[in-house]
Amino acid sequence: MGTIAVVGASLSGLHAAEALRAGAAGAPGYEGEVVVLDASPTLPPDRPPLSKQVLAGEWELAQAKVPLADRLGELDLDLRLGTTATWLGPDGGDGRTLGLDDGTELQVEGVVLATGAAVRHLPGPPLGGVHAIRTGEDAVALCADLDAGPSRVVVVGAGFIGAEAAATCRGRGLEVTMLEAASTPMVRVLPPEVGAFVADLHRDQGVDVRLGTGVERLEAGADGRVRAVHLADGSVVEADVVVVGIGVVPQTGWLEGSGLQLGDGVVCDGTMLAGPRVVACGDVARWPNPHFGEEMRVEHWENAVEQGGHAGRRLLDELAGRPGTPFGPVPWFWSDQYDRKIQLAGRPAATDEFVLVDGTVEERRFAALFRRGDRCTAVLGVNRPRHVMQARMQLAESLAWDAVAARFAPTD
Amino acid sequence: MKVVVNFDLCESNAVCMGIAPEVFEVRDDDFLYVLQEEPGEELRDKVVEAARRCPKQAIVVED
Ligand SMILES: Cc1cc2nc3c(=O)[nH]c(=O)nc-3n(C[C@H](O)[C@H](O)[C@H](O)COP(=O)(O)OP(=O)(O)OC[C@H]3O[C@@H](n4cnc5c(N)ncnc54)[C@H](O)[C@@H]3O)c2cc1C
Ligand code: SF4
Repeated sequence: MGTIAVVGASLSGLHAAEALRAGAAGAPGYEGEVVVLDASPTLPPDRPPLSKQVLAGEWELAQAKVPLADRLGELDLDLRLGTTATWLGPDGGDGRTLGLDDGTELQVEGVVLATGAAVRHLPGPPLGGVHAIRTGEDAVALCADLDAGPSRVVVVGAGFIGAEAAATCRGRGLEVTMLEAASTPMVRVLPPEVGAFVADLHRDQGVDVRLGTGVERLEAGADGRVRAVHLADGSVVEADVVVVGIGVVPQTGWLEGSGLQLGDGVVCDGTMLAGPRVVACGDVARWPNPHFGEEMRVEHWENAVEQGGHAGRRLLDELAGRPGTPFGPVPWFWSDQYDRKIQLAGRPAATDEFVLVDGTVEERRFAALFRRGDRCTAVLGVNRPRHVMQARMQLAESLAWDAVAARFAPTD
Repeated sequence: MKVVVNFDLCESNAVCMGIAPEVFEVRDDDFLYVLQEEPGEELRDKVVEAARRCPKQAIVVED
């Protein structure tokens, strides 16, 4: 009986492991050994609460559990925490070799790559008081610094995670400055109306939002902790805590030499197969989504769940010599900031037209569709979950603009 | 089949409504309403799928 290795025991890896055991109609579950590895010494937490409930001090870290965590026992996995995969050998015809950091090797007949992404850091040496939010340890360390009552928190980066951190810090009553190098938040990936809304939302709540100014350097005090942030425009913001949210990088460095195609992620086919006997899923996986006719890598919670399951089943197909099925979802994402729930479904681009279909941006409660020619690429809702889900269902059927827009046409 | 939602967990993201609008509805007040607590068997697949996809695992389907 063979072995399958799942590298990464977070959201997508555990859902892949579950699918390996569960199988699918006409495909029995895997009965061999399933080894699940993670570099983290403890089971990784569910990450969305890290910048929300955990950071707010409302939840203990232990409350942020991956949905499957309670059922892991049933899945009969060989879970090896604190173990890092350091290399993957090329396909040997009947299997591959996986190298581990303790110097041992695993002979496996299949591999699931679910190594996610790691945060990007500001250049310069690490300083006390400077934090990212990716792991449970990150969130706990930042919480401790926030509990100490800093006089000002500077958030670097106005993407969704930075914006959530800013909102949560304001919720704790702290003074917050949010810096963004671009002229509008998220303007590289979303139409400018969205970033303008996010900036205004935070200004309403008393955040000092500064756009179009990059960070020049961080200044340390005598205690080795951050004291101030120097900006490219020459201004200086004093801060005792800095939260850096400037994006993530897929963790693929260890896969050089595996024969797999790497390029901002592990490059897969439309079924999530990355190469012989290897599938990938979650934040690390790049694949051509057939529904959009576009290659993408999606850093969203639900994608990790669904793609994890799909990748697990795909690997069963691969080992049984069956062709896989394409993975063509409409990606969906949410972000909670203050009392606003922002949801986005689809695959927008910065140059898409922003078409308001419900509410107004001023009342901070609206739904908008993004249009590219005769296509609707995405829907955005602010406290409009119903609109987002209805549009998402329509987008799953077809991206045709007329059909999605018709759902929001005024009825009389 | 009986549908029970744990409203302490539910965050009104309407994922369930997208899958089974006959049973779940998030209204303009941002609350989730269960339209049919004992939906017919023809809705079982949809309801089970909604329970599976609920990000908060807030939906329980009893037999
Ligand atoms: C603070 C925060 C808030 C978020 N909020 C939202 C939200 O509101 N909505 C939303 O849709 N999404 C949100 N996300 C995104 C979502 O959490 C991610 O998309 C999801 O965690 C991806 O899961 P994954 O399993 O692919 O990767 P990860 O969760 O990154 O897990 C990868 C795992 O692989 C392990 N690993 C990496 N390399 C190796 C190796 N060589 N050997 C062994 N183990 C390795 C890592 O230790 C890690 O545990 C948030 C993310 C963060 C960080
Ligand atoms: S999917 Fe779950 S969390 Fe979302 S509205 Fe339905 S029950 Fe609530």
